[in-house]
Amino acid sequence: MSILIFAELKEGKATKAALEAASYASKAAADLGGEVIAVTAGHIEGDAGLGAYGVTRVFNASDANTSDSGQLSKAVVAAAQESGASIIVMAHDHAGKLVASRVSVKLNAGIVAGAIALPTNTEGFIVKKSVFSGKAMAHVEIKTAHKVITITPNSFGLHTNDKGTAEVTALSADLGQSKVTVREFKPTSTDGSIPLPEADLVISAGRGMKGPENWGMIEELASEFGAATACSRPVSDIGWRPHHEHVGQTGIAIRPNLYIAIGISGAIQHLAGVNGSKVIVVVNKDPEAPFFKAADYGIVGDAFDVVPKLTEAVKRFNAG
Amino acid sequence: MNILVCISKAPDTTSKIAFTDQNTRFDTNGIQFIVNPYDEWYALVRGIELKEQNGGSVTIIAVDEADSDPVIRKAIAIGADKAVRIDARPTDPSFVAQQIAAYAADKNFDMILCGKETINYNGGVVGGMIAEHLDLPYISLATNLDMEGSKAVITREVKGGSEVLEVDGPFVLSASKGLAEQRIPNMRGIMAARTKPLDVVSAAEAADATTVRSYELPPEKGDCKMVDPEHPEELVRLLHEEAKVI
Ligand SMILES: Cc1cc2nc3c(=O)[nH]c(=O)nc-3n(C[C@H](O)[C@H](O)[C@H](O)COP(=O)(O)OP(=O)(O)OC[C@H]3O[C@@H](n4cnc5c(N)ncnc54)[C@H](O)[C@@H]3O)c2cc1C
Repeated sequence: MSILIFAELKEGKATKAALEAASYASKAAADLGGEVIAVTAGHIEGDAGLGAYGVTRVFNASDANTSDSGQLSKAVVAAAQESGASIIVMAHDHAGKLVASRVSVKLNAGIVAGAIALPTNTEGFIVKKSVFSGKAMAHVEIKTAHKVITITPNSFGLHTNDKGTAEVTALSADLGQSKVTVREFKPTSTDGSIPLPEADLVISAGRGMKGPENWGMIEELASEFGAATACSRPVSDIGWRPHHEHVGQTGIAIRPNLYIAIGISGAIQHLAGVNGSKVIVVVNKDPEAPFFKAADYGIVGDAFDVVPKLTEAVKRFNAG
Repeated sequence: MNILVCISKAPDTTSKIAFTDQNTRFDTNGIQFIVNPYDEWYALVRGIELKEQNGGSVTIIAVDEADSDPVIRKAIAIGADKAVRIDARPTDPSFVAQQIAAYAADKNFDMILCGKETINYNGGVVGGMIAEHLDLPYISLATNLDMEGSKAVITREVKGGSEVLEVDGPFVLSASKGLAEQRIPNMRGIMAARTKPLDVVSAAEAADATTVRSYELPPEKGDCKMVDPEHPEELVRLLHEEAKVI
């Protein structure tokens, strides 16, 4: 069974989440027998870095409006038909979710959105996904001939193999008239830092930081770790931090390798969004804070003392 | 302006999740159901605000069985004009989307608003599927929606930032945080909701494309290892040597 992935490009290169989808598809294709083909849209540089993750062929729709899910999904379906792939994989991220939903309708395919493990194919085609905002997992069977899977960023990881470079061909397909016009793109940050759901390391802070003026030390710690920053819901609700940093059940769910929570109590709604993290560190001045029960490492102490000291320690570690 | 808002019920966010029947069914014992937060706080409230500014009506649609009626009434109380319940168990996103699309197909809605995902299934794909069935543009993760004449101007989250888009004509949108401010229904709204129409429609013929075979709970965390606050370099060492994450 060949697998087709939709790989989102930024400046011609596949995003980290797209490379993770390629890694996932390569492993699944090795298990099921078949090759991995990619479809991309817009400007592409070389093979977009996909060959190194097991993709053998890339179909690129260079003229597609990459903001139009209608056009992108048409490109995916055309590539599925061209390659005969019956399993379609993409990242469970901004672009992936919207393209996947349309593709599943076009191909009459069942979908598992937000997979966290490889499919098993012994008693039906079953994919594990996170449900109840991280409080549980479900084993979902896809019963249709075509199957669509979106994979949760950071749930599988990046795995290169040495297949070399992928062969890139132009996708010939009629994508129709685009129905949306982009007025403007506003980057969240100018330093090209990676988006929170894809970050390996995340430093998060809560109401314990007392006010937005104290986030300097959080940002400094994050920059020493090379980590992204996040926050609890009240912190974004009162406007201390932007909404896109809000993690938890009603914010975004993340699964970094390392999640450091500073001055966050660990309410059930917060934990739901972060308990998929590999390692959790909690810094809280209250030894009874519920977050310690969900943590691997803890420091009981005042953030205003501990954070600067921790930053110094990381600096020394980085200096070797 | 004729607005359709899709809602679903979800367990209250404080719910402890458990399963019965050998982990094949969600245990609803003691669970309070609420309107899925993204549907209520952002999609529904923005729909109502647009109606208040431009006139028209807001219809709520839910695919669910009769036990969800109290939750639907709560949503109406926020300020919708009527609700429709497609009478079926919502077991699969493809099924739900087909039901909503079948209902909306001949009703000329100017916009169909959904939440970005439910907090129980966390799929985030129903909106896109409805759009595809109806051949409409789909804008996901919207944080702002304004009308400029017949044109909708929408800001949405994309990787690494946000994007401002223009759409002419009907569209489907999924709502993210920021699209509106949560509204608490007032007494008048709650009283009025009792008498507003809640039509029950039988489901269109459609098959499930997926089935949940079983559930599992995440493994329990082991003990938390405490580090002396005076020696955070010990934490750095543990993260490097023991946890191997840095
Ligand atoms: C429907 C619903 C949905 C929700 N969704 C989310 C969600 O998605 N994400 C989310 O985060 N929350 C969510 N919440 C809110 C959640 O219940 C908690 O209220 C919230 O997570 C608390 O944020 P906090 O930990 O930053 O603040 P607090 O609960 O106020 O905790 C602050 C912590 O900081 C510690 N502290 C104070 N000073 C210091 C110091 N100097 N040094 C070290 N520690 C200090 C305190 O001991 C305390 O533990 C939701 C709530 C509801 C009702």
